[in-house]
Amino acid sequence: MSQLNRLARGGRIDRSRKLSFTFNGKRYQGHAGDTLASALLANGVDIVNRSFKYSRPRGIVAAGAEEPNAVVQLGKTEAGQVPNVRATQQALFDGLEACSTNGWPNVQRDMMSLVGKLGGKFMPPGFYYKTFMAPASMWMTYEKVIRKSAGLGRSPMENDPDIYDHLHQHCDVLVVGAGPAGLAAALAAARSGARVILVDEQEQMGGSLLDTRELLDDKPADQWVAEALQELAGLDNVTLLPRTTANGYHDHHFVTLHERRTEHLAETAPLKDGRRQVRSRMHRVRAGRVVLATGAHERPLVYGNNDVPGNLLAGAVSTYVRRYGVVPGKRLVLSTSNDHAYRAALDWLENGCEVVAIADARANPDGELVEQARAQGIRIITGSAVIEAKGESRVSGARVAKVDLDGFRVAGAVETLDCDTIASSGGYSPVIHLASHTGGRPTWRDDILGFVPTLVKGVSAAGGAQGVYATGEVLTDGVAAGRQAAAEAGFEAASVSLPQVAARRDGAACALYQVPHEKPTLRAPKQFVDLQNDVTAAGIEVATREGFESIEHVKRYTAMGFGTDQGKLGNINGMAIAARLLGRSIPEVGTTVFRPNYTPVTFGAIVGRHCRELFDPERYTAMHQWHVEHGAEFEDVGQWKRPWYFPRQVDGKTESMFDAVARECRAVREAVGILDASTLGKIDIQGPDAREFLGRVYTNKWAKLAPGRVRYGLMCKDDGMVFDDGTTSCLGENHFLMTTTTGGAAGVLEWLELWHQTEWPELDVYFTSVTDHWATMTVTGPEARKLMSEVTDIDLDKEAFKFMDWREGSVAGVPARVFRISFTGELAYEINVQANYALHVWETLFAHGEKYGLTPYGTETMHVLRAEKGFIIAGQDTDGSVTPEDLGMHWAVGYDKPFSWIGQRALTRPDTARTDRKQLVGLKPRNAKVVLEEGAQIVFDPKHAIPMPMVGHVTSSYYSPTLDSGFALAVVKGGQQKMGETVYLPMADGQVHEAEIVSPIFLDPKGERQNV
Amino acid sequence: MFYIHCPYCGELREEEEFHPKGQAHIARPADPASCSDEEWGDYLFFRDNPRGIHHELWVHAVGCRKFFNITRHTVTYEILETYKMGEQPRFTAEYPEGRPSRDRVEPAPLREGVRA
Repeated sequence: MSQLNRLARGGRIDRSRKLSFTFNGKRYQGHAGDTLASALLANGVDIVNRSFKYSRPRGIVAAGAEEPNAVVQLGKTEAGQVPNVRATQQALFDGLEACSTNGWPNVQRDMMSLVGKLGGKFMPPGFYYKTFMAPASMWMTYEKVIRKSAGLGRSPMENDPDIYDHLHQHCDVLVVGAGPAGLAAALAAARSGARVILVDEQEQMGGSLLDTRELLDDKPADQWVAEALQELAGLDNVTLLPRTTANGYHDHHFVTLHERRTEHLAETAPLKDGRRQVRSRMHRVRAGRVVLATGAHERPLVYGNNDVPGNLLAGAVSTYVRRYGVVPGKRLVLSTSNDHAYRAALDWLENGCEVVAIADARANPDGELVEQARAQGIRIITGSAVIEAKGESRVSGARVAKVDLDGFRVAGAVETLDCDTIASSGGYSPVIHLASHTGGRPTWRDDILGFVPTLVKGVSAAGGAQGVYATGEVLTDGVAAGRQAAAEAGFEAASVSLPQVAARRDGAACALYQVPHEKPTLRAPKQFVDLQNDVTAAGIEVATREGFESIEHVKRYTAMGFGTDQGKLGNINGMAIAARLLGRSIPEVGTTVFRPNYTPVTFGAIVGRHCRELFDPERYTAMHQWHVEHGAEFEDVGQWKRPWYFPRQVDGKTESMFDAVARECRAVREAVGILDASTLGKIDIQGPDAREFLGRVYTNKWAKLAPGRVRYGLMCKDDGMVFDDGTTSCLGENHFLMTTTTGGAAGVLEWLELWHQTEWPELDVYFTSVTDHWATMTVTGPEARKLMSEVTDIDLDKEAFKFMDWREGSVAGVPARVFRISFTGELAYEINVQANYALHVWETLFAHGEKYGLTPYGTETMHVLRAEKGFIIAGQDTDGSVTPEDLGMHWAVGYDKPFSWIGQRALTRPDTARTDRKQLVGLKPRNAKVVLEEGAQIVFDPKHAIPMPMVGHVTSSYYSPTLDSGFALAVVKGGQQKMGETVYLPMADGQVHEAEIVSPIFLDPKGERQNV
Repeated sequence: MFYIHCPYCGELREEEEFHPKGQAHIARPADPASCSDEEWGDYLFFRDNPRGIHHELWVHAVGCRKFFNITRHTVTYEILETYKMGEQPRFTAEYPEGRPSRDRVEPAPLREGVRA
């Protein structure tokens, strides 16, 4: 396949290295140094996509990150699929396969374009909102169809084989962009000794110097680029990151840099020495100072049919000709509002192609480039612009007319010029995205017709990023910014001698955004503002007519700037059009806010190594391996892996969860069971004021708890709502051990420290988390004492070691603390030993326990057993709106303690003292087979018209093998006064369950079983 | 992501090491029982939401575990100072450029608690 648009000479490509690739199933050839876009243009591929809404054929418009149309799906293999790749930023590699993102059955003949043609009038802005609004239940169906016809790329259906890294870095000066400003800034900062990181998103550093016509010291500009890069590469204090996008500028100069290391080589990272290379890295940089040398994006003009393939940015034409050796057409018409764009015509002409004319919107253009064009004999039509492109799948002509800019009208006869390419330029917009991320609203400058960034302390902009465009001035600006940044970071400024650049006299540009047409905007051929989202000037006009006056509303109504390109090309034009329609100035209308990321970032790079087993830390108890070996199913509780239940193998089949839990429950109620309770939070509290402190943070009294005794405590916030509970044991007069819920451990410690450090620093008390130091195993059931007597030297006599006592001694030969507390309602011993010895103790218990039927149980059985006893789980049966009184736990409240403990005052607030608050009760389903759904809403009157007043919900619900019935805990309005009454639970499937309000204690209400 | 100077460690550390704990200088009334419901409600629920200088309580959760205060500008997110418990801020809504040094406020004396 011949590269019909490829020049014989010139450009920064390697003609000796041919690369073959396929696009939409057809094979083409390009060269090393090409982007996918330049290779497609070289091969004369006009249509690269179909548009989002109207399905119009679209071609390549730009040469960089701002490209709206050439957004392709990359990937030969399923795992290697990459959606929404900008062909202008994808380096060509041998074997690359890509296809258009939109278009069915293909981009050349697209069925949906019929809809676009017919439907232009029928698809105004807000079309989807207006058309697919009702019925709401159908939205999911609509959405699928809409996504298929209008959607962007697809994600791979297989796991990503690639590896991504995160790197954390510090530097004194971060320079973003390695064009003339960035290179000069980096040189200045680096020579002063500052640690410098220089990033650039392109394949090669150099920015505009890679395709400029200007000479530096009378030599081609890329020679100076090479010298500068060579110097920087040789400095130890400099890190050069090419192919790296600064995609997010976060607080306090935290910048995320996405470095693509292998995407220019293959779709998945190639192997090196048998190991897969890292595909990309996310550098998380904390910079001392930042220089934004991000340049500017050229704005296209908005004229009729400006989306037909063959309409390009003037600057992109220059880039393709000079950097890639590609002339993407034969006959060019240039439409411009400024001098700079004349380069496109000159570059075009010098490579032997025809420049039909330049339509310059200014009455008397007279800059040097204009003179050069005149001298070359190019026809310049002044005071004019291209008002409409002709052609469908490729530009076939340009309609040019005199335009009255102030009156916004066509002011003369229309001339149709025969051409195949229209280049346009409406001026330049500084790339202010990163500065926007830091929250600065940009400022409009009439002299450069663009927004410049508003900068926070410690960041500066240089060159095009702040509207300085002449190459010589850009270099000077860059040096100044680099010197200043280094000086602010504490380094002595170094001198940089810059190359000489001949000053060029440029004429003033004029303000032109939307070009007037003979017909009013609503009747003229479509004039596209945002090519990726098919937002037209007419669409913006409709939006303003319908009353959307804020630019943020216009944006959301029309979807302008919503694409993967984030409106890099179209936004300023859209704002200018809205401003004209609303009779305001552009600064009055303002801009929308750019947010991270600057260009899309693959999820892999965001996630880094934090995926699969490294997604979140996992915490294991000392007995974890035993649980694994004994077939436990695990439940995640916070970061802990807790055994959920221990299914047995019965006749080669794995016992069901229901059967396993029923068996484990029976074992505890009838014999003895054992639970690994190591995950409960444990806080060691010491100091002369420890007891006083406990009295302030717990609702109940601690003044008289003697060493050797244990007490249950409730903790409230100062709003009177329960947030944690647990037992605390008195280890010595000034020494306590507090237990917390598994999930609440870290929060409770922080809570204690908060009060100690901020309100009561005079209290002499110390807190230490000992959760991981002690392993805890609960031996519980009627046979527990017999089993314990075989392994411990502690006197287990029921009078010597009572319920709610703790004793020190040895268990299985290991020093232990044993607590007679019970979360099951049965006789129970909680054995605490140093975690390193725990497995030995656990195994010793099993060696002795077999004859008693010792059964390991997990969290599910623990839940059933505790709920049968009405023991709450803070965070499950409470939700931050439940007081101790709502729980019926007045017995755990010390109303007459002298210090106003945390939560006490709130209990008498009118709302907290209401008698119809939601209160904890038991629920007994009328049908014993029913296990109510946790979270199910409760009503008093199921015949009440919808919406029914909801009076509570189920907080815990299980099947109890002991009761042979479903049972539940719930909160019900005024429930404590409604014992015996019936409530109803209407379910989503139409069933209505009936349940009786009962005491939350279903078993052994007097606590006789645990107190033996 | 903030870059926070812990006044106890004396180092700038990443925000990941810290937890925010709400508005600073919210003192618990010394005698809650004598507060009206309204006063108690104000203490519990009402917080400032200024556009500008804001004093915040933070804790160096995976560092020294000390609580301290931050003066932060809620528009620019600039952290103007961090200071230890018991100290007063130098930057306030009244003195956005910093309090003159002769006006430095001495730390309040520690309050003696009521024993249970």
